[in-house]
Amino acid sequence: MSRRVSPFSIGAAATVMLAGMLSLSGANEYFFFAGYVVLQFVVLATAWNILGGYAGYVNFGTAAFFGIGAYTSVVLIQSLGAPLLVQMAAAAAVTGLLGFGTGLLTLRLRGIFYSIATVAVIYIAETLMMNWRYVGGATGVQFLRPSPMVPFETYTRMLFFVMAVLAVMAVSVARYIESSWIGRGLRALRDTEEAAECSGVPTLRLKLLACTVSGALMGMAGAPLPMYLSSLEPASSFSLNYSVVALASAIIGGTSNWIGPVLGAILLASMQQIVTVTISSEINVLVVGVMLVVFVVAAPDGIIGLIRRLRRPRAAPGSTP
Amino acid sequence: MIFSFQLLFEAIVFGILLGCFYAAVSIGLSLAFGLLDVPHVAHPAVLVLGAYCTYLLGSYGWDPILAGLALMPLFFLFGIAMYRFYYETFEKRGTDAGVRGLAFFFGIAFIIEVGLILAFGVDQRMVEAGYIGKSLTLGEMRVPLRMLLAFGIALALTAALTLYLSKTFTGRAIKAVAQDEGALRLMGADPVRIKQWAFGIATAVTAVAGALLIIIGPVEPMLDRVYIGRTFCVVVLAGLGSMTGTLAAGLILGISESIVLMHFGASWAPAVAFGLLLVVLGIRPQGLFGR
Repeated sequence: MSRRVSPFSIGAAATVMLAGMLSLSGANEYFFFAGYVVLQFVVLATAWNILGGYAGYVNFGTAAFFGIGAYTSVVLIQSLGAPLLVQMAAAAAVTGLLGFGTGLLTLRLRGIFYSIATVAVIYIAETLMMNWRYVGGATGVQFLRPSPMVPFETYTRMLFFVMAVLAVMAVSVARYIESSWIGRGLRALRDTEEAAECSGVPTLRLKLLACTVSGALMGMAGAPLPMYLSSLEPASSFSLNYSVVALASAIIGGTSNWIGPVLGAILLASMQQIVTVTISSEINVLVVGVMLVVFVVAAPDGIIGLIRRLRRPRAAPGSTP
Repeated sequence: MIFSFQLLFEAIVFGILLGCFYAAVSIGLSLAFGLLDVPHVAHPAVLVLGAYCTYLLGSYGWDPILAGLALMPLFFLFGIAMYRFYYETFEKRGTDAGVRGLAFFFGIAFIIEVGLILAFGVDQRMVEAGYIGKSLTLGEMRVPLRMLLAFGIALALTAALTLYLSKTFTGRAIKAVAQDEGALRLMGADPVRIKQWAFGIATAVTAVAGALLIIIGPVEPMLDRVYIGRTFCVVVLAGLGSMTGTLAAGLILGISESIVLMHFGASWAPAVAFGLLLVVLGIRPQGLFGR
């Protein structure tokens, strides 16, 4: 019974403790406001990578899962006044189910067809919310935040801590998938789906699992949004910008390892926070687009690939492991 | 909701006009994605770029249609450059072009979109011409002249492209490269140069379609997002690479959108294209006239 504690779980526990200490410390409120967004993109990028990076199915529909997660919370707040954790659990259930549905689409659709279908899911969900008066329709809804739970001074600090825990959880799930038979199966079907199926990899079950887990995590990342903003409206919560930042973070960081999306999201989202404050919010989308294109063209394996190349400078040019 | 045949008839007429317009904005994609298998997610962004270039020329007093035609050579070169770049960085390297090629075009779309926001702002823009704003009265119904104009140009564009692909040597070569690249290479032709040419034509046609877009109604930089649904819906419904199929699929989309618009209101209209797209992808991904 003498299992050694892995460095990863020590790191995970340390991250959660650090986030807890920070949120109880006297740091500037803006730090939590911005930190929440960065952590939210860590969750989204990690969730995107479970399907996009390991299995090679490019999901443009991050915004759909994120937005539906947020709207699940709105419904629960409006009808029951449910607490945050219940909202998040319900959002995970709803978007997990939606993820399962898009997973069924992978039976027939691959490549660009799958990607375009996920864009369609965003717009259909957005249109439904726009026409649903109960959740505010096109103008949206506003909320009064409840008072935060005991150790936290403000609600934003509490949300920061919750998102930090969710991020650690998402990364742990991704890391588990990556290193277990599930990840090996997903990588096999990414390379050649038919060959994987023939060698006994249960491709459909694995794809459904990846889609469900990825969707549920994205939905959970969206669930606290109504409380974070104190309001919600369809156009911005289903914005394609969420999709492009999640995808770009994973690709810029590197899709082969769980650390890639984390690095990419921290880099992109913090840069976005700085650019939005100092220059303008349009420029920050431009920066994401330009960086995405530059990385895809010049460093296809992302930051991880660059680090690997630095470590082994004698590797043959053009050979990708 | 009151059902009337007059209303339904009007919806269908309007839908036919709209449908031909949708076919015109999609035909570039039908060529680039349908025939050449390039995951050109940036097509709607190029379309909106074309509309803004028309607007820019319009502010110097150019007629929008003339502007669209004048933009063709420029967009042709732009298309060639874009394909060349895509080929050198992705297709040539072969493996794993899928994920990165998609991400590449997705990024390009965002760069164009934000570039337009920075240059023109987020406000809606429109052009002025003699035929915009007037309408033709037929009995009890009024048909806007600009819709008729778009209808005519769309038909002409589709017919010209169909003829080009079936009658000329290069056109046939483009079809051949879609069918069997290896065989074409054995015949002594260079498939990359032909694809490059075809992508140039696809982009040039999109410039004219962009001019139609701004004739039909005001444009804003984020308009490309809705047109992702419309253009891909038409191309997939048509069956990849079929030009006459594109026209038919455009009509189906136009009529369904216009019926929904008249009976349920404008807030549901954007979902029609995406809903139809999802249904087609789920039931018959090879489209109506699939090759």
